[in-house]
Amino acid sequence: MSGPAAEGVHADNVFMSFAVTSDSHTLDAYRGRGGYEALAKALRTLQPEDVEREVTASGLRGRGGANFPVGSKWSFVNKQSPVVYLCCNADEGEPGTFKDRWILEHVPHQLVEGVLLAAFALHARHAFVYIRGEFDLPLRRLRGALQEARAAGLVGEGILGSAFACDIVVHRGGGAYVCGEESSLINSLEGKKGYPRNKPPFPAVKGFYGAPTVVNNVETLANVPWIVARGGAAYAALGSKANPGHRLFGLSGHVNRPGLYERPTGYSLRKLIFEDAGGVLGGKALKAVIPGGSSTPVLTASEIEALTLDAPSLQQAGSMLGSGGVIVVAEGTCMVRLLQVLTRFYRHESCGQCTPCREGTAWMDDIIARVVDGRGEAADLANLQAIPEGILGNTLCALGDAAAMPVLSFVKKFGAEFDYFVANRRSLYDGRLEA
Amino acid sequence: MKEGPGDTDTGGLREQFDRLGGTYPRQMSASLVLPLLQIVQQQKGHVTAADAHFVADYAGVPPAQVIEALSWYTMLHRQPVGRHVVKVCRNIACALRGSDRLLAHVEKTLGVAPGGTTADGRFTFLAVECLASCGTAPVMQVDETYHEQLDEAKVDRVLEELR
Repeated sequence: MSGPAAEGVHADNVFMSFAVTSDSHTLDAYRGRGGYEALAKALRTLQPEDVEREVTASGLRGRGGANFPVGSKWSFVNKQSPVVYLCCNADEGEPGTFKDRWILEHVPHQLVEGVLLAAFALHARHAFVYIRGEFDLPLRRLRGALQEARAAGLVGEGILGSAFACDIVVHRGGGAYVCGEESSLINSLEGKKGYPRNKPPFPAVKGFYGAPTVVNNVETLANVPWIVARGGAAYAALGSKANPGHRLFGLSGHVNRPGLYERPTGYSLRKLIFEDAGGVLGGKALKAVIPGGSSTPVLTASEIEALTLDAPSLQQAGSMLGSGGVIVVAEGTCMVRLLQVLTRFYRHESCGQCTPCREGTAWMDDIIARVVDGRGEAADLANLQAIPEGILGNTLCALGDAAAMPVLSFVKKFGAEFDYFVANRRSLYDGRLEA
Repeated sequence: MKEGPGDTDTGGLREQFDRLGGTYPRQMSASLVLPLLQIVQQQKGHVTAADAHFVADYAGVPPAQVIEALSWYTMLHRQPVGRHVVKVCRNIACALRGSDRLLAHVEKTLGVAPGGTTADGRFTFLAVECLASCGTAPVMQVDETYHEQLDEAKVDRVLEELR
């Protein structure tokens, strides 16, 4: 990635354990760092169920945003099924999130090794990487890595001389945020439009072409080589006890040093923003933080004071750790116009299948647009609460909730700004978005 | 497999389709729909209904399924686009870093609003959602290439090189 490099390279890191150079993404470089030793160890000394046991013991949870325990997800699959599929979700699209892109560009072999280990554990002969259609360099790096891996006998038949075989297909998306939802991704991979499916049955029972299927995020799978190499217990000892591991936090918005930071869970959010990322632009006061990607409820400056970056702590604060995309907002920013950026996005990305989401996202966006246009009415604010409440929990997939949560939290925590805009027909902060 | 409409299989599409199909497990030809549409678009710039029928024939799925996919995925163009497609991100991280300014600047420079194509057919200008480059915002993608940490001068340099 061009621009500000992430800080803090440590040998014990899961991802940022080396200095990025022009060839650090290659097979030679990855092997030089101990790459594919976990795969060799698994094929030589472990059974598939041993790999699953280590991942379960590690406490690893899904890094795509849902934070679901990975070992549990794998355990739902009937390993006796004649066909099991593994899909790697590389459709990174949650605004504020850019970690999977870093993995694909800089450690593609670490992802490939993670995919192979997961496929081994799940008895999956075929794995698919569903990659965002816009991604160009990530796609070329991944394809290059697979080419190298095939030539080296790491992908395909008889991997490393064992009986294990796995092919990895790279599939490009078509530009749809909802395809990051796992059942939507599966429909897209089957050549259909990406409508989410009703659940149950969950993909682990009935997924890709009706077969048991596991869908895991890029960062999730790229953790697996470390876990297999050093053991699930060693991973479980990283970070916070309740939600262990390392995460790639993406800092964006009004901070002096935006970029990607690998930190253990349980890390101080304040420290991440004010020390590691150099604080708020222009030395301004902090106004708000969206802690885990655009869908997660916004927090005020006072709410993040003592906050640590782990799921239970974020949940207690009324938000979510999500995908690790920390969006920082400086004092003086117009929260009404900022919310409009999000309502426009969710309206655009609602797939149209469920009525509450299809209609609700359009209504919310229309109302915000009217307010921003200086034509807001007193009833608008009540509707900006009633409509998202009507969406929450009433849709097939999480996109409905993702669209509702920002509106509810912005209006609840910055209601005075919305009131001011409606009453005075103009922004309290001159409509400012830049710091 | 049936032949597609006469003018559809130009530039050896079928060979490219075969090559792609060879990378997927057998019995999964339906999965080829989106990648095949992408190949057509790469070759021709946009995808027509006749192309969709050609893809449906090749993949062995109902034409309605392909046409539906064609209209559903935002990266597929059903109308001709300019020689270069300029996508400026308007989502939250870029908005906080000045995408409003950049969008206005590109609009002024190219003389078309988002969604439009310049009269000389050189540029199509789109305002797009998050490109997953929030740490280096504001960003735009021109054709396949990302341009990060933009300001007006940098935008000018990128566009100037393509004129």
